[in-house]
Amino acid sequence: MTREGWTRLGLVAAGIAALEALCRTKVIKPLTLVPPSRMVHDLAGLLIAGDIFDDIGQTAIEVGGAFFLAIVLGVLMGAAIQATPRLRRAVAPVLASWYAVPSFVFYPLLVALFGLSTSPLIAIGVLSATPAMVVATIGGLDRVPRVLLRAARIHRLTAAQTLWLITLPSALPSLFTGLKLSFAYAFIGVIAGEFILSGGGIGYGIAYAYESFETPKMYALMLLVLIVAVGVNGALHAWEGRLLQRRQR
Amino acid sequence: MTRLFDSLAIVAGILLLWTGVFEYAGDSAITGPLQTFRFAANLLGRADFWQHAQATLSAFGYALAISAVAGIALGLILGLHRFSGDVAEPMLASLYTIPKVTLYPLMLLVFGLGVSAKVAFGVIHGMIPVILFTLSAVKNIPQVLLRTAKALHLTPMQTATHLLAPAVLPEIISGLRIGFALTFLGVLIGEMFASQRGLGFLIINGINSHDVKRTTAVILIVITASVAANGALLALDRRAHH
Amino acid sequence: MTAEAGAHATLRAVTRTYPGARPVHALGPIDLDLMRGEFFSVVGPSGCGKSTLLDVLAGLSEPTSGEITFEGKPVRGVPDGIGVVFQEDASFPWLSVRDNVAFGLRRMGTDPAEITRRVDYAIGFMGLKDFAHSYPAQLSGGMRQRVCIARTLVLQPRLILLDEPFGALDQQTRLLMGDELLRLWRETSATVLLITHALDEAAMLSDRVGVMSARPGVFIDLVQTNWPRDRDSRIVAEAEFGAVTGRLWGSLRAESMKAIGRAG
Ligand SMILES: Nc1ncnc2c1ncn2[C@@H]1O[C@H](COP(=O)(O)OP(=O)(O)O)[C@@H](O)[C@H]1O
Ligand SMILES: [Mg+2]
Repeated sequence: MTREGWTRLGLVAAGIAALEALCRTKVIKPLTLVPPSRMVHDLAGLLIAGDIFDDIGQTAIEVGGAFFLAIVLGVLMGAAIQATPRLRRAVAPVLASWYAVPSFVFYPLLVALFGLSTSPLIAIGVLSATPAMVVATIGGLDRVPRVLLRAARIHRLTAAQTLWLITLPSALPSLFTGLKLSFAYAFIGVIAGEFILSGGGIGYGIAYAYESFETPKMYALMLLVLIVAVGVNGALHAWEGRLLQRRQR
Repeated sequence: MTRLFDSLAIVAGILLLWTGVFEYAGDSAITGPLQTFRFAANLLGRADFWQHAQATLSAFGYALAISAVAGIALGLILGLHRFSGDVAEPMLASLYTIPKVTLYPLMLLVFGLGVSAKVAFGVIHGMIPVILFTLSAVKNIPQVLLRTAKALHLTPMQTATHLLAPAVLPEIISGLRIGFALTFLGVLIGEMFASQRGLGFLIINGINSHDVKRTTAVILIVITASVAANGALLALDRRAHH
Repeated sequence: MTAEAGAHATLRAVTRTYPGARPVHALGPIDLDLMRGEFFSVVGPSGCGKSTLLDVLAGLSEPTSGEITFEGKPVRGVPDGIGVVFQEDASFPWLSVRDNVAFGLRRMGTDPAEITRRVDYAIGFMGLKDFAHSYPAQLSGGMRQRVCIARTLVLQPRLILLDEPFGALDQQTRLLMGDELLRLWRETSATVLLITHALDEAAMLSDRVGVMSARPGVFIDLVQTNWPRDRDSRIVAEAEFGAVTGRLWGSLRAESMKAIGRAG
């Protein structure tokens, strides 16, 4: 691991230790925050008991589905918009202000459209995550060097070969940025939707635990959310690093 | 001319989609465009609406000031000290991925019900992008600019105002634009849970009491305000980027 | 000699105008017979249409008027047997040097053992042996250009078009690269069209040099050199070399002045 990596690890460990100490010495009241060791213990307990598997499963399906759909839709729409300058000029303001719209307020509407199931939450995730992928796709395609496309023609590649062998690898750095952001937005959108308005999933579990004064369970679930967010983000980051490290100019 | 036409076509498309959704889902889920505009206009003429709007705006003002000042300061520090920046950047990106709404019980316990919780919500949403944009702006200052400053015998003050500020300003403005929108979002979310006042409260209250007419109108007003502010900042942003 | 008999590629009254709100007449009319196996260079002021000429000859874009043939057939799209080294860096940053060089052969489904053999040869020929597993990002601009030359050469094209391939190199390296280009030309017996802005490069390498006018580029002079086939960069010391560069500069001086905006 790099020096930066070790420093990060050290900082996180020091932060957790400090929090633990503050909680144990009751500087932070147990009602406000339980010690991190307790969170881990409670989370392990929940996972062993298996009570929260349904919630985890539901959230995983929603986030995974939304992420997948956002990637597919984002790439297709991005490619179409990039290829059509006029369309691009027209939708640019929509794309640029999309993140300023709180998409979870559409939840009741989406329930009316899709019924009470996981679909409205997937829809919230898709609504939140797709624009990032669209923007990343447009940016990636913009940055394909024209000389490489000319080289493709000299090699007499077919359109499909050019797409796969030249365009995709050229756009990859930008696409990865889109992947990371899309995951973040899908995750945030789904959990927020569950938290505010739904009857299942991890987000709902946290809200429910809070309202029924099960503080330890609430913190255990928050820890789970934190671990997933940091874990997936870290995994995408590492994957990106492995693929792109050799071509850093 | 075609530009105007295309913009109008987009607006028409949105209204058409809205109408379609309304026809399909019915008025238990959403009100139609015309009705919503009328009700929104009505709302805008009422004093109690403006009290809520006032509450949101003042919390937003505090939150934005904190997000901007602290965000730029932290971004500058992390950008100038390369190692700290490299350590912090992925951590900040991970924090950005956390659904911050789940932290609301904690916020409530720490700040209690009221303005400070809303402000805190605004700040945790809006500050990270400001930090990240500022950080990368400072990190990407071309070394040749600094060498030029030395060659021209500029004082540190002159270097800061004449070379560094113009070099980083456009990116910082982009960061502030996103920070602006997310801070607003954060305040609204804060109001939905940690407050009895504000536009966020109006929305959640409307949803819970199935007051579709009011909810749709408030959402329309909120989105319009947010998109309009974003459009103005976008224009500024474009000018800063030449 | 009958022009058509030994001609490898021909251009007849070829022009190219870039369409747009203000159309740019970039090239021509151009008439040229490239002889089979000859080394032909094009010199001309920047912006005069040299890259445009290469584009239409390679079939990358259609001429606005006129007719181009390669090996007796009209050029429609990129024909088989033409290799191009572009002015810009066209190495694929996501592939190692080896994979860059093997790119074309892999597409053609060549036998793997044959690929290895030819790629090894091309990498060795261009002096890239120690960098076979490096990525373009780790190489200098000149090295990357060699990767592109190797990638072209490995396909054994019968006509090689090079667009200012040594533009990024210092003068000494340029002369040595010129030697390697001559060696390549001798060993492959390909026809070479080299675009360059360096008069000494054109004079030293070529059998014939075409001098282009300022935009729209037309040939204003064709200079025949009489170098032996096994020449190398040491001919820069000969008196005849000075005469050739002198004649090239004589034809080019007024045009270059036009290009930088002064009256000839
Ligand atoms: N795609 C294009 N559209 C419009 N004008 C172009 C285009 N490509 C080149 N030109 C113009 O055509 C002229 C010749 O360009 P080029 O062939 O690249 O010149 P050279 O390679 O000799 O420097 C230049 O004036 C250039 O600005
Ligand atoms: Mg050129």
